[in-house]
Amino acid sequence: MLRIEDLNKKYPTGDEALKDVKLEVPKGQVMALIGPSGAGKSTLIRCVNRLVEPTKGKVFLGELELTQLSRWKLRQARRRMGMIFQEYALVERLTVMENVLSGRLGYVGFWRSWFRRFPGKDVREAYRLLDRVGLMEMADKRADELSGGQRQRVGICRALIQNPDLLLVDEPTASLDPKTSRQIMRLINELCDERSLAAIINIHDVLLAQMFSKRIVGLEQGSIVYDGPPEDLTPEVLTRIYGEENWEATIGKVEEENEEEDSTISEAAS
Amino acid sequence: MRDNSDARTYPMTWKKPPYIKNSYIRGSIYFFSALYLAAAFGTMDVNWTRVAEGLPRAERFLDAFFPPNFADNRGVVWDGIQESIWMAIISTVAGICLSVPIGLGAARNLAPKYIYLINRAIIALSRTFPEIILAIFAVKLFGFGPFAGFIALSIGTIGFYAKLLAEDIENMSEDQAEAIKATGASWFQWINYAIQPQVMPRMIGLSVYRLDINFRESAVVGIVGGGGIGATLNTAFDRYEFDTAAAILLIIIGIVMCLEYFSGFLRKRVQ
Repeated sequence: MLRIEDLNKKYPTGDEALKDVKLEVPKGQVMALIGPSGAGKSTLIRCVNRLVEPTKGKVFLGELELTQLSRWKLRQARRRMGMIFQEYALVERLTVMENVLSGRLGYVGFWRSWFRRFPGKDVREAYRLLDRVGLMEMADKRADELSGGQRQRVGICRALIQNPDLLLVDEPTASLDPKTSRQIMRLINELCDERSLAAIINIHDVLLAQMFSKRIVGLEQGSIVYDGPPEDLTPEVLTRIYGEENWEATIGKVEEENEEEDSTISEAAS
Repeated sequence: MRDNSDARTYPMTWKKPPYIKNSYIRGSIYFFSALYLAAAFGTMDVNWTRVAEGLPRAERFLDAFFPPNFADNRGVVWDGIQESIWMAIISTVAGICLSVPIGLGAARNLAPKYIYLINRAIIALSRTFPEIILAIFAVKLFGFGPFAGFIALSIGTIGFYAKLLAEDIENMSEDQAEAIKATGASWFQWINYAIQPQVMPRMIGLSVYRLDINFRESAVVGIVGGGGIGATLNTAFDRYEFDTAAAILLIIIGIVMCLEYFSGFLRKRVQ
């Protein structure tokens, strides 16, 4: 689904955020990208939808090469890539519904979006998604009235209503409490399963990454230093990614934590 | 990270580091500022006998003002006020309409460098001249009357509104802008969904504030020939009708206070 070839990013300040990154994510795979702050995780996913322009290298979405696209073609390509953000990045003064529908902006004309007259099937899909994440009643609330977990679920709806082939997820749980973090990660996983979406999830919580994804890629100073299943994350590997530290408490116990408290989200889903 | 706090003694006083590190420069800034201020006040030439003569004159002036004459026998006051309100409203609307594209172009995070510089230059130019100078120009160009005042106030509005709009856009949350961009939105959709909601409340408040300023300025531009209540006020002074002039001043104060209250109310509501 996504193929990254020799991707480099050098910021004007001289920082080399990415060095010859090669990565392939097949359809339906949820991949966790771990690494210390400043390793280039955010830069990597932003180079995919070109919120950050890569310096060198190629990115393929299916057969489409993204790095050379014109602005118009890039807009069309961005519709196929949903993005979920660390601080939710909802437009706070817009309603929940407007925030969800903004995921359709790439598909509708300017005047339609200006008058908030989205096609009926978009509106229906927005309601369906909000219902799916348990926020049906919140449609007319302003986004800044919601709690962190609720906002992130709206953010997920906004990404999914694009009907994407790929999800780019940037630290979805960094501003959430542990329980909500797990609910959000579970929700993202379920939704990716339902639609067999490929996803790259940036996450700095190693335990969450192990719990919720079958493939983990470790990034350190712009280079990939680990690519494999969560079980193989040994203290040696973590030291290679993050540096020296006592890792014994961080790894293991994947199975026990997985079947935790039932979330309101799963209830809403059924 | 060994705890060696026993082995050392620590100071018991702490002073905030000064903003200007170099004590020589710091000292001379203080010294010369004080010197200049002392000299500046020293050179101000206050002629106390003239001040003493002026005070009873002020009393006569005030006597002539009271009681204010609201009779408005020739209907000129009412006409002037209507004209001023009309001038204030259309110059605010026209000024804001012109300000929006200029403000967007003058925001560094939206516009490429050369567009940014052009728009910043337009703003700087219109800010350089106070409304009264603009009005003098406009009267010279288009002749006496409210049209000249309208032009002057519209240009003044651009310098005010476009600058504040641009600054508000530069302070917006990048996350929200990025998120809308990532959906594949066009530039105009991006402005409408990501930028507009973030700047709108402040801009609504500022537009009422500007209406208030334009009404007050309409009294000033009238004095140099720009029409409106200022022209009426000027005539009243020229004809020594100080009681009518007082009435006009009170009306201006009343209207400005109403607008002030209204803009405060509106700003609270739209947050």
